[in-house]
Amino acid sequence: MKSTTVLEAQKISKYFHDPVTIKILNEVSFSLQSSEFVSVIGKSGCGKSTLLYILSTMDTDYEGEVIIDGMSMRGKKEDELARVRNEKIGFVFQFHYLLNEFNVLQNVMLPGLKLGKYSEQEIEHRAYEKLSILGIKEEAFKMPNQLSGGQKQRVAIARALINEPLLIMGDEPTGNLDKKNSEIVFHIFEELAQVYKQTLLIVTHDNEFADRTSRIIEMEDGQIIKM
Amino acid sequence: MKYRLIFRIAYSLLLARWKQTLVAAIGVTFSITMFITLLSFMSGLNDLLDGLILNRTPHVRMYKEIQVSKKQPIDYIQKATQGHNFIKSVKPKKDRIDIYNSEQIIQSLKKDTRVLGVAPKITAQVFFNVGSIDLTGSINGIDTEEENRLFKFSDYVTSGNFMDLKNVPNSIILGKGLATNMMVNIGDVVQVTTSKGEQFSLKVVGYFQSGLQDLDKVQSYASIKTTQKLLNQSENYITDIQVKLKDILWAPPTAKEYQEIYQIDAIDIQKANSQFETGSSVRSLISYAVGITLLIVAGFGIYNILNMLIYEKMDSIAILKAVGFSGQDVNLVFITIALSIGIFGGSLGLLGGFGLSSLIDQIPFNTESLPTIKTYPINYNPKFYMIGGVFSIITTYLAGYFPAKKASTIDPVIIIRGK
Ligand SMILES: Nc1ncnc2c1ncn2[C@@H]1O[C@H](COP(=O)(O)OP(=O)(O)OP(=O)(O)O)[C@@H](O)[C@H]1O
Ligand SMILES: [Mg+2]
Repeated sequence: MKSTTVLEAQKISKYFHDPVTIKILNEVSFSLQSSEFVSVIGKSGCGKSTLLYILSTMDTDYEGEVIIDGMSMRGKKEDELARVRNEKIGFVFQFHYLLNEFNVLQNVMLPGLKLGKYSEQEIEHRAYEKLSILGIKEEAFKMPNQLSGGQKQRVAIARALINEPLLIMGDEPTGNLDKKNSEIVFHIFEELAQVYKQTLLIVTHDNEFADRTSRIIEMEDGQIIKM
Repeated sequence: MKYRLIFRIAYSLLLARWKQTLVAAIGVTFSITMFITLLSFMSGLNDLLDGLILNRTPHVRMYKEIQVSKKQPIDYIQKATQGHNFIKSVKPKKDRIDIYNSEQIIQSLKKDTRVLGVAPKITAQVFFNVGSIDLTGSINGIDTEEENRLFKFSDYVTSGNFMDLKNVPNSIILGKGLATNMMVNIGDVVQVTTSKGEQFSLKVVGYFQSGLQDLDKVQSYASIKTTQKLLNQSENYITDIQVKLKDILWAPPTAKEYQEIYQIDAIDIQKANSQFETGSSVRSLISYAVGITLLIVAGFGIYNILNMLIYEKMDSIAILKAVGFSGQDVNLVFITIALSIGIFGGSLGLLGGFGLSSLIDQIPFNTESLPTIKTYPINYNPKFYMIGGVFSIITTYLAGYFPAKKASTIDPVIIIRGK
């Protein structure tokens, strides 16, 4: 399979102004090819999450360029960025953010319904498929608060997968899980990368986790020191 | 498809806080119920009071006023080009008080397309002779059928048949108060003296009650023929021409026009009864003000609930945005919640308003002066329901507008980071 550039960061700088203006990211540049499984590591406070929010288009207050699938994100309107997130990016957070008003299946279906590319039945069918890949098909009709932490995180991954995104980003997706559940979630990522050729960009604190990915980007004080 | 999804999300968020939402909806229901009831009742009351006078008053009354000549003799011989003519102690000239050419005027009025009907009338001042006492009063000579068609005469004839005026020669219908004062019953004969001093006997065939006690103590009705006979006048003798128009609002310009065309005095109903108009409009104004105040209070309730909901659902909103819902979508979700509360509460309120006003409509309301009224008056004007419905939607929309806007601008990064 021919590898293409999925994501490109060009000289991204970010300032926070509260309480005093400080530069958190300093001209960060790197690119991500399709089917790569990349981890980002670095000390706490070095700017990993900040970078990820910029790359995911949720934070628009930065300098430099973010290019996703060949398109610059600069100057795009709020609803256009939402569309990019919906279609091309799957995000997995440290705290499994699920909508408590919906059951597991509906949570997974939601981004698909928003995209509206397939019929509702088709989306439901795909959601089942994702849930069974992640081994939580039985929980489809439970409410999120009836699940364990590991299960919730797997639901969140299924949701990230529903629109078959170009790229999945994760901000410490195993950070809040015990050893056993971390292992399960890591396996899932590994399988996605190897079997489904899914491009992944995962921030982690866990060096063991990082060592098993195909590429490690190491950050320090808002800069990339190794990649 | 897109809106169905928004609706589904709104519905789930709403269900998650269904108790508070219900309270907010009940607030709207209550205010719309009160709004409808208040307006229906007030307007019913207005109609009743207006009917008391307005239904029985011609829209345009044409008559001849006893007044001084507008042009005094001196004006004919010497034009006041310089200075003014001062004339002292001017008196009205002696003139006939009946309308000249009344028959032709009536015929031509009946051809006017704006006119619903024309009823001639004669007013005559008389004394009713009771033993040695004379009571002053007046007799209205009317065209019985036209008077009934245009001014609902039969509604006020509480005893006796109003058509007897026409069918029984030399008959009279007395005001209830007048009859009581004279102590006469139906079938009795009363003695009447005209202002010219002639005596006449009339047979009482009924009583009428207008709702205005003072009126009932002096007024009475007879047919035009009887009155003409009483006054010893010819068949053309008419003192008033009463015109009812198809729309009461046309009265002022029409009156002015008739005055020009027929060269007699014409007064419109608005001028003749301006105090009633004012009373009605003030009453409606008060009811609208109270109703709308209630709605605004309900609107604040919705505003609060939505604000609370947004604070509670910050996480959900952030997630929706992170997975690709735009600010516009989130905005729509909360507007939908607000409007659902408004539509649900509002429709119940319309039903409640209808129920409550029908209930009031059943409450007996008997009063001496209003013989045709048996229960409290209610006006079921669909206009009130429309205003109530539209207002409930507008208020809830406005109540939802700012919270929805706030929700749409929530920055997901801040929420996600904040954990
Ligand atoms: N809203 C903010 N205002 C000011 N400073 C901020 C804000 N958010 C983050 N920072 C600072 O930016 C720096 C980078 O934060 P970031 O969350 O990106 O670190 P991180 O590498 O993800 O750390 P961790 O591994 O602990 O999650 C930190 O020093 C933090 O204090
Ligand atoms: Mg972080």
